[in-house]
Amino acid sequence: MDFLHNYIYYIGSFGLIFIGIFIMIAKRNYIKVIIGLSILDTGVNLFLISVGYINNGTAPIFSKSAIEAKNMVDPVPQALVLTAIVIGVAVLGLALSLGIRLYKHYGTLNLQKIKEQKW
Amino acid sequence: MRKIIGIILLIIIAWGIIISLQEIPFGTSRSEVADYYINKGIEETGAANIVTSVVVNYRGLDTLGEVTILFLAAIGLGAVLATIIRKEDRKTVKASLILSTGCKFLFPFVLLFGAYIFIHGHLTPGGGFQGGAIIASAFLLMYLGCYKEKRINETGIIISESLGGLVFVIIGLIGLAVGTHYFLNNFIPKGEFNTLLSAGIIPIIYVAIGFKVGSELSKIIELLLEES
Repeated sequence: MDFLHNYIYYIGSFGLIFIGIFIMIAKRNYIKVIIGLSILDTGVNLFLISVGYINNGTAPIFSKSAIEAKNMVDPVPQALVLTAIVIGVAVLGLALSLGIRLYKHYGTLNLQKIKEQKW
Repeated sequence: MRKIIGIILLIIIAWGIIISLQEIPFGTSRSEVADYYINKGIEETGAANIVTSVVVNYRGLDTLGEVTILFLAAIGLGAVLATIIRKEDRKTVKASLILSTGCKFLFPFVLLFGAYIFIHGHLTPGGGFQGGAIIASAFLLMYLGCYKEKRINETGIIISESLGGLVFVIIGLIGLAVGTHYFLNNFIPKGEFNTLLSAGIIPIIYVAIGFKVGSELSKIIELLLEES
């Protein structure tokens, strides 16, 4: 029980990461692969945030003078994730546009039916 | 077969991760870098939000690279979709009066909310990226509500995007020339702590990032909606 209490954030985030990787390996539909990529992205972001967490911590913002510096959580992963979310949206848009192009060219989104691919 | 291989691979990865994560205690201590940023951040940057001071000031070069990635993604999306032959006008049904009027009514307020988020980036949780995403959602609302009537002005998008990027780079280069000679040096006086006009260059750069991200994301939305 103690293990669950300490590592529940890691378990959740790695659960999302593994679900994402499994979807990307097992599924053959391009849209489903993109969904797996998006779930993996969310899992990585959650993991980075939970690495910087401190028990009973507050957000690193000095909005009132009563807030003490020693209770604040780590600001570095939060800054990283802040940019990673926007990058994730941009990558998702690029992948979807490639999907549109793929469908226009081959008439299918099933990756096994596309003949010229090497894998 | 692929599923079995995938499950075996994931079990191996999970085993390695469990072994290595057991050594790291959860939620007890910060890294030295984080302690430095939290303790020295106020006097060095003047921003109440430490995350903002990390994003814009300490690690501003990374943010510049990140904005560049967003720009490249928008460019790549345009290049991939540009050669598709456009279909003739799809059969679209005009939205009802309530929907289109509601969208037109809400549009300026959503824009105002986005602007509020990125102007107050150094005081509250928020900033250029979040505000830009909210502005893009305002344009998405307009596209969904009244698709045929209102279009985004394309030159306006290009101008605001380029201006945002230019302001970021030029302010960073001025910081390189003035004072202690590093990129994004905070050369403007910091002002009174925890007020709107404080923290030197941070609000200016966040406004520029907000314009840039907002116009890029709405450009992505526009391309995907038009070409599909």
